[in-house]
Amino acid sequence: MMLLKDEVGMLRRVPLFSGVEPAKLKLLAFTSDRVSYSEGQILFNQGDEGDAAYVILSGTADILVDSDTGQIKVAELEPNSIVGEIAILCDVSRTATVRAAEPLEALRIRKDHFLRLLKEFPEMTIEIVRVLADRLSHTTAELADARNNKH
Amino acid sequence: MIESLVRYIWTHTWRQQLWILTIVALSMIPYFMSFDLPKLIVNGPIQGDGFETPGATQTFMDISFNLPVVGNIQLFSGFQLDREETLFALSMVFLLLVVINGLFKFYINTYKGRLGERMLRRIRFELVDRVLRFPPYQFKRVKSAEVATMVKDEVEPLGGFIGDAFVQPALLGGQALTALVFIIIQNYWLGLIAAVIVGIQLVLIPKMRKRLIRLGRERQLTARELSGRVGEIVDGIGTIHIHDTSNYERADIASRLGRIFKIRYDLYQWKFLVKFINNFLAQVTPFLFYLIGGYLALRGRLDVGQLVAVIAAYKDLPGPMKELIDWDQARQDVQVKYAQVYEQFAIDRLVDPKIQTMTVDPVGPLSGALGAVNLSLIDDSGALLLERVSFQIKPGETVAIITTANGGGEALAEAFARLNWPESGKVVAGDADLLELPESITGRRMSYASSDAYLSQGTLRDNLLYGLKHVPLTSVTYEGEKAKKHSWDLDEAKRSGNPDFDLNSDWVDYGAAGATGPNDLFGVIRHMLDAVVLSRDILDLGLRTTADLQRHQQLVERIVELRNALRVRLEKEKLTDLVVPFEPGAYNREATIGENLLFGAATGSALAGKALAANPYFLSVLKADGLDQVLYGMGLEIAEQAIELFSDLPPDHPFFQQLAFMTAEEIPTYQSLLQKLKGKPYESVAEADRAQIITLSFAYIEPRHRFGLLSDDLMAKIIAARESFYENLPEDLQGAIEPYDPMRYTVAANVMDNVLFGRIANSHPEGPERIRAIVYEILDELGLYDDVLDVGLGFNVGVGGRRLTGAQRQKLDVARALLKRADFLILNRPLSALDQRLQDQILRNVLEEARRDGRAPAIIWVLTNPAMAKLFDRVIVFDAGELVEDGTHETLLARNGIFKGLLS
Repeated sequence: MMLLKDEVGMLRRVPLFSGVEPAKLKLLAFTSDRVSYSEGQILFNQGDEGDAAYVILSGTADILVDSDTGQIKVAELEPNSIVGEIAILCDVSRTATVRAAEPLEALRIRKDHFLRLLKEFPEMTIEIVRVLADRLSHTTAELADARNNKH
Repeated sequence: MIESLVRYIWTHTWRQQLWILTIVALSMIPYFMSFDLPKLIVNGPIQGDGFETPGATQTFMDISFNLPVVGNIQLFSGFQLDREETLFALSMVFLLLVVINGLFKFYINTYKGRLGERMLRRIRFELVDRVLRFPPYQFKRVKSAEVATMVKDEVEPLGGFIGDAFVQPALLGGQALTALVFIIIQNYWLGLIAAVIVGIQLVLIPKMRKRLIRLGRERQLTARELSGRVGEIVDGIGTIHIHDTSNYERADIASRLGRIFKIRYDLYQWKFLVKFINNFLAQVTPFLFYLIGGYLALRGRLDVGQLVAVIAAYKDLPGPMKELIDWDQARQDVQVKYAQVYEQFAIDRLVDPKIQTMTVDPVGPLSGALGAVNLSLIDDSGALLLERVSFQIKPGETVAIITTANGGGEALAEAFARLNWPESGKVVAGDADLLELPESITGRRMSYASSDAYLSQGTLRDNLLYGLKHVPLTSVTYEGEKAKKHSWDLDEAKRSGNPDFDLNSDWVDYGAAGATGPNDLFGVIRHMLDAVVLSRDILDLGLRTTADLQRHQQLVERIVELRNALRVRLEKEKLTDLVVPFEPGAYNREATIGENLLFGAATGSALAGKALAANPYFLSVLKADGLDQVLYGMGLEIAEQAIELFSDLPPDHPFFQQLAFMTAEEIPTYQSLLQKLKGKPYESVAEADRAQIITLSFAYIEPRHRFGLLSDDLMAKIIAARESFYENLPEDLQGAIEPYDPMRYTVAANVMDNVLFGRIANSHPEGPERIRAIVYEILDELGLYDDVLDVGLGFNVGVGGRRLTGAQRQKLDVARALLKRADFLILNRPLSALDQRLQDQILRNVLEEARRDGRAPAIIWVLTNPAMAKLFDRVIVFDAGELVEDGTHETLLARNGIFKGLLS
């Protein structure tokens, strides 16, 4: 069975949290729920209101998107990856369905808990903002590249 | 109420006062006799008067004394005794008189006390009775805390005084006079000195005390205001936080306390000055006695026995004098208090007692129309709320009232409920003025609910049935001791002018709700609760509450069936891992270590909460296997982790709800405890500290907290400890724990725990929600839904219903109004705390429920959502205090009036 300190290790490997102090990650892990899913169980459905992010601790999950021909698998989640993190930062509905592909252990980070932590510990917020800004600049660069290639 | 206190007391107690005065007069005789004795003893046997020759004898019990009016009284001609016998006999008589005087005092005091208590009971009842009859507008002017203080505290001294009102001056005056007369009889001049000083005291001291009384009154007023303000702070605490005005409140309270302090300080200063002068005057007299009396004795004009008797008699003079002066002060003080209370409670336009007379017989329906005739209403400031409105609502008609912001529709509904009295014009029911109808008609045939739902402390059931409790309907028979107590209660109630309605009788008018008795009432209630969408909330409360063995026998008896049904259901849905059941001889990983150790629910305080780790027997069980040390180590680890995780958070942070081990306040305690215990071997740690640490381990659940503290070995040890705990359980702890038994209901646990008989797996997503939905269904399938609902109805709603949400309170108020099956149902924006969609849904339900079984009450509903008006026969629109539109929904829609404007 995975312990709190192992979970902290897992969280550290998630890029979004990599810069955050271990003590705060521990609190984040402690206030999160450890949930387990059996194969085929749904974590959340496309279109649901997002209220939590999930860090996969063990097992894999499929990311499915609705299409005219039914659901199609667009990606697979491996241990150490985070899913649904946008939902805990802003109010958007789920853009995809996530289903456990095999028995799955995950850490469910509830939105209200996460926001409270950000409020309480500004240094943690700054780390997260840094990661997000980094992502944004990558995306912007990629977009620029894509445009240049088009021309 | 009578304005003068003395007259009030005399009117209600003159018989008792006369009786006690007679007793006081009688008590004066032995009192006077006890003054004469010291003289006889000293002069006779001690000094040898009349025993000059050896073997001389004296007449004993030739008790004769002079009274100014009666003359010489000889009670007994006496018999002959020698000197020693006389000493002995006289001393015995002295002792006898002491006893007799004491008995008189005992009787008089008891009698006075009882008299005072009865009057206090009468006054308090009368005051509350008047509160029940206050006109509605009065309540906007008085603060509830102030009224409560007046009834509770301010009349309290009245009770003490009433017994003393006439007796005390008679008794003390009599005693003082007796002593004075006695002194005068002994020696005219000494008597005169005593009389003069007494005179000075009697004139001077009350004068000085006038100021004390004035200060006392100020103290009372300021204290009452203070209690009113404190009440306001408590009631308005939310507003204070919202506006950051806590420091303004602090300043206000501090300045009030400052004023009170100043008044009290003045009071003390003056009080002790008066005391000093009084004491001085009292002490000066003996000084004069010693000086002048001694001089007279030396000159042989006064014998020593007389001087001793005078001084002994004088000893009894300042006491009664002081008390007499105190009595006078108490009289003035109490008179002022009474006058103030009187002022607050003597109000014009009190509701006539006739209106509230108890009517046992059923009241016929209100067959006439309810109407407003030229009705004008004002608010407390005098602003016009409604101006000369006239209209009629016929029985059976459903009317939607639509009102603009200052339209006056809500005030109109209040006027129909008699909560706002007309400024001019009137509200009529049939031909009668509504204000003149007895409450037994309006309170039973009309029903009202508003957003301002008031619940009293008690169960949900009490509050729901409150609207049916008009009169005691059953007569209770009492037997044996209870019968004796009951007749005593009745007798005392009569003597204090209290009514003798029996609170133990069943007051609930089942018939009015359409039931025949308590047994089928539930069916009716269920409909109401469904109508206002409250059943689910109450069911949840029921699941979280402990059931009553007698009341919920069904539930208790069928618990095994329920548990099995749940297992079967979980298996069917492949959710068996959702609940981990308690199994004897197995460790339940989803439960705390404490639960696994005890494997039962604590029923007393001995094994509950923090007491468990300190219980000597429990500790001895842990020690036997060395488990105490393991758990101690575990507790230390938990304390370290908890402090590391939480010490940075502010104490009111919601995360603390997740920390099961300790509260935010305990963190500093544990921090210093950890410092202290660091590196200390277990053996040298004090018992109390051990318990503090061990107790932390009891709340630990491995899958939930994930500290990695639970090993297979430890689990086995815990199971072993559990078994040896029960094997040798001492007798005094037998009642403190109820072991879990799969075949039996656990009385001390709540209903949900009983049904689950296990713990919901922590790792299951949406575990609690899923399981609750399943339990609802199973309860319904097994027909136990109503039983659990009934458990929920036993939930205590707290002061003012504060343990419920605002929405729940409003729903309950509507259900209560519905339950009465009134002829006119008035609903004044009753669900404002709910969202619009739910309000609309409940409105539909209520309209349907009110018409169940072909009933057709008139319904007057002040709507928040004009769109719902289409469900009513008739729509009345108010704007700026005037009735502007009145007609059916279609006609108003067709017109281009305010209603149409409001709709769009």
